[in-house]
Amino acid sequence: MDVAAAKALGAGIAVIALAGVGIGIGNIFSSLVSSIARNPTARDQVFGLGILGFALTEAVALFALLIAFLILFA
Amino acid sequence: MAAANGGEPTIDALGQFKLYSLAGPLDFTQSNLMMVVGAALTLALLYFGMRPRAIVPGRLQAAAELAYKFIYDMCIDQVGPEGRKFFPFVFTLFFFVLMGNLLGIIPYSFTYTSHIAVTGALALMVVVLVTIVAIRENGARFFTEYFFPKGAPVALAPLIIPIEVISYLSRIVSLSVRLFANMVAGHVMFAVFATFTILLANSGMLGHVVGPAVGLLPIAVNIALVGFELLVACLQAYVFAILTCIYLHDAVHLH
Repeated sequence: MDVAAAKALGAGIAVIALAGVGIGIGNIFSSLVSSIARNPTARDQVFGLGILGFALTEAVALFALLIAFLILFA
Repeated sequence: MAAANGGEPTIDALGQFKLYSLAGPLDFTQSNLMMVVGAALTLALLYFGMRPRAIVPGRLQAAAELAYKFIYDMCIDQVGPEGRKFFPFVFTLFFFVLMGNLLGIIPYSFTYTSHIAVTGALALMVVVLVTIVAIRENGARFFTEYFFPKGAPVALAPLIIPIEVISYLSRIVSLSVRLFANMVAGHVMFAVFATFTILLANSGMLGHVVGPAVGLLPIAVNIALVGFELLVACLQAYVFAILTCIYLHDAVHLH
């Protein structure tokens, strides 16, 4: 296997982590929707927490993406 | 973004992060210039916003007051009444990161938060400050109680203490890499989609008509991405500030 092919494969394998992040972000927003549906007055407080959780989870996706970019371009 | 590589344009996604000196041998790079611009814009917002001191604020004064109150409330909510002391630090940090993220979206400018050296220094500053605050507030209790919570079984000490120490130190990495990776990933995405346009336009697909037409699609994606990056820019500044507040809360109250 030549280096270019191995690089492409490695970058592809590195972003498998995005599956977990997809599940995580889906979880966060499903909980957010159900908690706002149960108690709409809590929306302002819960929404900030949901966005914070989204940003923290998204960061995991970006760690994986960064590794993929490093494999491909650096 | 597309570097000519033997006639064929290729995706050069990381070239946009190269630093170059603006003042010859002085080592004043475009990154430093953007930091100065960001700091000047923040000062200008606060100075010119608050100069009228109107009871019914105008637009600029409303923006300045809103930003002040937003961070002030964050400090008080997260840290408790002691948060007042840390408000200037968190406010400065928030605006430095926010300006870096937002100014970077302007075409042909530079995102200084896309360099790990910058975000790493910021994160190191936060963690060192948090440690100093924790020692000043709690003295030696910080070392005994923070890394080994009260009431935990002593038999678990060899397990708990290393985990606590590692998680304390890994804050530097997670705080800096989160911001840096967000910015790098966003801007690499811009570059990749912009290069798609050039590649499609040069592809000569079906007599040089269809290629450029299809090449409009990545431009549409890029426009949507700018909106997304605006969200991410504000969100990451908010996350950086609120995590600083959470760490300060831990330092003052020991968990």
